[in-house]
Amino acid sequence: MSEGKVKKIMVVNRKAPYGTIYALESLEVVLIAAAFDQDVSLAFMDDGVYQLKKGHQTKGIEMKNFQPTYRALDDYDVNKLYVEKEALQARGLCAEDLCVPVEVLTAAEIGKLMEEQDVLLSF
Amino acid sequence: MSPYTSPTSELQKPNMNFGILVNEGPYTHQASDSAYHFCRAALAAGHQIQRVFFYHDGVNNATRLTEPPQDDRNIVNRWSKFAADHKVDLVVCVAAALRRGIKDENLAAGFRISGLGQLIESSIQADRMVTFGD
Amino acid sequence: MLHIVNKSPLERSTLDSCLAAAQPGAAVLLIEDGVYAATRGNAAEAKLRAALAHVEIYVLAPDLEARGMAQSLAEGVKPVDYAGFVELVTQHKNCQSWL
Repeated sequence: MSEGKVKKIMVVNRKAPYGTIYALESLEVVLIAAAFDQDVSLAFMDDGVYQLKKGHQTKGIEMKNFQPTYRALDDYDVNKLYVEKEALQARGLCAEDLCVPVEVLTAAEIGKLMEEQDVLLSF
Repeated sequence: MSPYTSPTSELQKPNMNFGILVNEGPYTHQASDSAYHFCRAALAAGHQIQRVFFYHDGVNNATRLTEPPQDDRNIVNRWSKFAADHKVDLVVCVAAALRRGIKDENLAAGFRISGLGQLIESSIQADRMVTFGD
Repeated sequence: MLHIVNKSPLERSTLDSCLAAAQPGAAVLLIEDGVYAATRGNAAEAKLRAALAHVEIYVLAPDLEARGMAQSLAEGVKPVDYAGFVELVTQHKNCQSWL
């Protein structure tokens, strides 16, 4: 499928879950990229960090709770999850509030990682 | 003021292959317009468009039921013509399309419905990926 | 690296997010409603001026003209057309659209 080429693909998540569809549909892209054996990493910045906030409970809004999919990413060898430090702080969150293990980096550090990517996908 | 500034570089590849991602539907956002003008400029400069992939509400760029006012651009038809004139691959994501009611029966000319794998394939094969969205 | 910002700085925080991540030597291209950041008197002007110390800033001229702001271009920001947009993408290894 991928003709052996491996690219560094970073999926940048900056939007909160449920208010818009971007978080869910971006996750679907991540899973396909992993299936193509690409070097996938995820960056959660700004409101994107809310996607990982533990304890999504969506019964009241009758929307699919897709948070379990983040925990399944490791099974697909997607384990480079970077979360923006300033975004967490601005939202009163810390790494322990998140549903998966992540690496907390400053926006500038994530920016440095962005420079190293072949492809950046935003939604 | 010059309307055009050329950033200096000696490293420009003469012929590049671009993958384009369009995340929003026609008219509500400028994304589809910006993507279209970018694509036209890329071809005019001698580059190629590997694929234009429509995701999220971007799938709504592919409805053949569109009937915008006559005195404004027809975004859907413009993409169909672009595909025909330049043999560009316009792909609509099947999952996003099904969610939004875009199917073969109401698909505009020049578009085809396929999976997210086409977006990843584009990311792998293209020299550059550019995203247009909200 | 090329950063693309398409929203007005007073509507969205994407310009701020972009500038916080952009590394020295990167380029920032303002398109669509993002062009307002590159106009004199906009609240983002000082921020943009400061950023010019380590990144290049471009604005998509057709978007500026569409919005009647072509005469208000801030100092130091370089206007480009769609051909220039394409050139910026080819010259940088990758690009990130801050949506």
